[in-house]
Order: sequence, then structure tokens, then C-alpha cells
Amino acid sequence: MNIREISSDEIICAVKKLFIDCNYYIGDDIMNALVKARDNEDTQLARDVLTQIIDNDHIAAQEQIPMCQDTGMAVLFVEYGDRVVVDGCGFNAAVEEGVRRAYTDGYLRKSVVSDPVFDRVNTKDNTPPVIHTTIVPGDKIHIVAGGKGFGSENMSAIKMLTPSAGVEGVKKFVLDSVAYAGPNPCPPIVVGVGIGGTFEKAAQLAKKATFRSIASSHPDGRYAALERELLEQINTMGTGPAGLGGKTTALGVNIETYPTHIAGMPVAVNICCHACRHGEVTI
Amino acid sequence: MKKINFPITEEQLGGLRCGDRVLASGYLYTARDAAHKRMFELLQEGKELPIDVKGQTIYYVGAAPAKPGSVIGPCGPTSSYRMDKYAPSLLDRGLKVMVGKGARNDEVISSMVKNKAVYLIAVGGAAALIAKSVKKVDLICYEDLGTEAIYRYEVEDMPLIVAIDSEGRNIYVRE
Repeated sequence: MNIREISSDEIICAVKKLFIDCNYYIGDDIMNALVKARDNEDTQLARDVLTQIIDNDHIAAQEQIPMCQDTGMAVLFVEYGDRVVVDGCGFNAAVEEGVRRAYTDGYLRKSVVSDPVFDRVNTKDNTPPVIHTTIVPGDKIHIVAGGKGFGSENMSAIKMLTPSAGVEGVKKFVLDSVAYAGPNPCPPIVVGVGIGGTFEKAAQLAKKATFRSIASSHPDGRYAALERELLEQINTMGTGPAGLGGKTTALGVNIETYPTHIAGMPVAVNICCHACRHGEVTI
Repeated sequence: MKKINFPITEEQLGGLRCGDRVLASGYLYTARDAAHKRMFELLQEGKELPIDVKGQTIYYVGAAPAKPGSVIGPCGPTSSYRMDKYAPSLLDRGLKVMVGKGARNDEVISSMVKNKAVYLIAVGGAAALIAKSVKKVDLICYEDLGTEAIYRYEVEDMPLIVAIDSEGRNIYVRE
């Protein structure tokens, strides 16, 4: 079996670029949805808020600065080929160094504290990142990553539903969670829903769902229909852009699923603001 | 669009109504979670605050770093509800304007009505655009908190919306 060597430097550069790019340049899927939403709004206030957001995202791209001051905590989903060896400092240290350089050299905000309860001292380089790694066959490394802002992260929720709750239970929990979040997560939002697995798996799926283009759908038609139905219902809530009322509370709903236990149906809702920043790279 | 100045005059403040859109110029202080916690603890110990908040404006923000040649990096509002625990004690000390995003709790709103204060919002996530209205930045205290330190911004035509006015009318409460 051939082993492929990848240099730490290659990982560092790729990770650095991912985080800088996703903070400066909003995805086409989000920009298209924002423009469509603005044209669809009835009130001047809702249209003006969306115009401000659209203008903001253009300014960020043009001036190569972050679109939001909260450039997030770095989260990476890694598919690591089982025939890859990373030389030098090794894979995790290289990812950490890439994050450090992105947040330092890219003028991104350092928002991570060393200890959650007692010290809360800023680590000053936005490390450590949160890395979810899966070993896959092959000689490549695939990374899907994003900077997750906490205005919306704080509005996320998880519930251990049981099988009898059915699809109606899933809908109710998602809608209740979005309604509870109200104006706080910087609407219009992207709603990531993780269904199945275990307690922690559902949460990971929900985060991963926010890292998927809102122009895409779940491959299973039943879940794709559920994504569309939830989006429609969320947009009848009236929360609207910036929570000031309107028809655009969410830009997209993405669902990710996984097999689960006979006794369970975990559902996690990870909310992302309109600055839904993510990117991917294959090395 | 109304033009207002910070620190705000009693007359201007009294004229602000929920839903008004304003362009604000003048000086404001920045403070978010960690700086509020420190100020709150000082007040609980009966000590003086590092800034005199009487008549002043506090903007809930932690800016991104400035690129070389820029005054400031992107600096949009952070969620205000996290400051709810601390806000009434600052309002009791004379704070007149809070700037952030999102809802406030009933205690804050009651304290605003009692103390005749207003809550303005900026559009969350419009940080690069808002940075254009910041003309000067001075570090005031708590430098060790980095982005969470207290700064004084000089702003010009900062686009804001009156979310809760001094009579307690609330933009987030809709029939």
C-alpha cells in the first residue's frame, strides 16, 4: 500500500486560506438569497436592513476585511485518508497553526478564551479550533470548515425526542427553537438541523448542515421536502431581517441525518446568522 | 432620518420614538461582557467606575483588529441580552443610551423608563459598513481584555434604529 506524505506547511496554508476567505467573502448561495429576499420584502425597513447587509458584504469583499466582527470559533470537519501521513508537526498541530495564522495575519478577531468558567482569558490567537475527524479510505484530506459566530451559536438547541414524536415532533422542535431565538441570532438565519445518531452526533450533524450550501438539498426527497416546508413556515413567523419584522427570517434550512437507536430520535438545531461562513478544500 | 449627537441631550432623547431611524455622531464608549462584569463588580463593592457613565452612551461591541491604515476593523453590535444582568445598575448611575442588537428583558426596560434612557440598535452583521462611521478610537481602560476593553469611539452618522424608547415602547413587541 502506498503511503502519501503531505507536508505540514501545505495543511497550514490551506487552513489559513479557508478561514480568511470565508470571513472576507460571503458565498454566492447566501448573496443570491439575500438579494431575492430584499426584492420579496414588503416594508421599507425590511428592505433597508437587507440592503445594509448586502452592501456590508460587498464592502467586506472589496476591502478584504471580515464581514462581521465576530469572526467566530474555528470549526473543522475533516475526512482524513488512511494512507496519508502529515510530516513535520503533524496534522492537528498544522491545523492549529493555520487557524493561528489566519486570525493573526488576516486581521480576524480573536474570540477564544482558555477556560470556559473560571479564567476566561483570551488565548490571543483564536486557538484552539474544534476539529471533528473521520478516517476514510484513500490518500487525500478533505476539510469542510467555518468560523462560527456565537450570537447565533448561543441560540442553538438540542432535544432527545423519542420515536413516537415523529416528523411532527421534529417540525415543532425546529420551529419552537427558531421562534425562541427571535431577533438575537442576526436574522435572516440559516438553520442547520441534525437528526439521528446519538446526543453528540445530532449536534455535529446540525453544525455540518450549516456548512452546506443553502442552494443544495438533502439527497432523500422526503427530507428535502421537509427542508422546504420548514423554511416556508419559519418565514411566516414574522421575525424578519434583524428581527424588525418581515418575510425573511431564514434564508435556508439544511437537514443532515444519521441512523439512530430504536428508542431515540435526537434532534439538534444549530442556528447560523446571515454571515454563514464556510469553505472546503481537498488536499 | 433624524440626526442625534452623543452624549445625547435630554431634549434629543425625549424626542426619540421606537422605530425612528437615526444617524448618530459624537462620542460613545464600548463595553461588552467582560467589561460589564468588571464594572458591575466594582459597583457591588461600592467602588467608582473607571468611566463616568452619567449622560453617556455604551455600545456593545468587540471590534475586529484594524488593518494597517484603517482606524478600526469591522465593529458591528453584539447581542444585548447578555448585558441585561448589568444594565440596570449602569442606568441607575446615569447611563442614557445603550447600543446593541436584539431584545432586552423586562428589568432593563423598567429601569430605562425609570431613568429615562433609550436603547438603539445597529444591524447585526453589518460590521464592515458600520466601521465606516467610526472616525477615531481611544483605549480608555481594561487593555488586558483585548477586543473586550473599554474604548471611546468618535462616530459620524452611525446608522441606528430606536428599538426601545424612554417610555418603554419596544420594536420587538408586535401585535
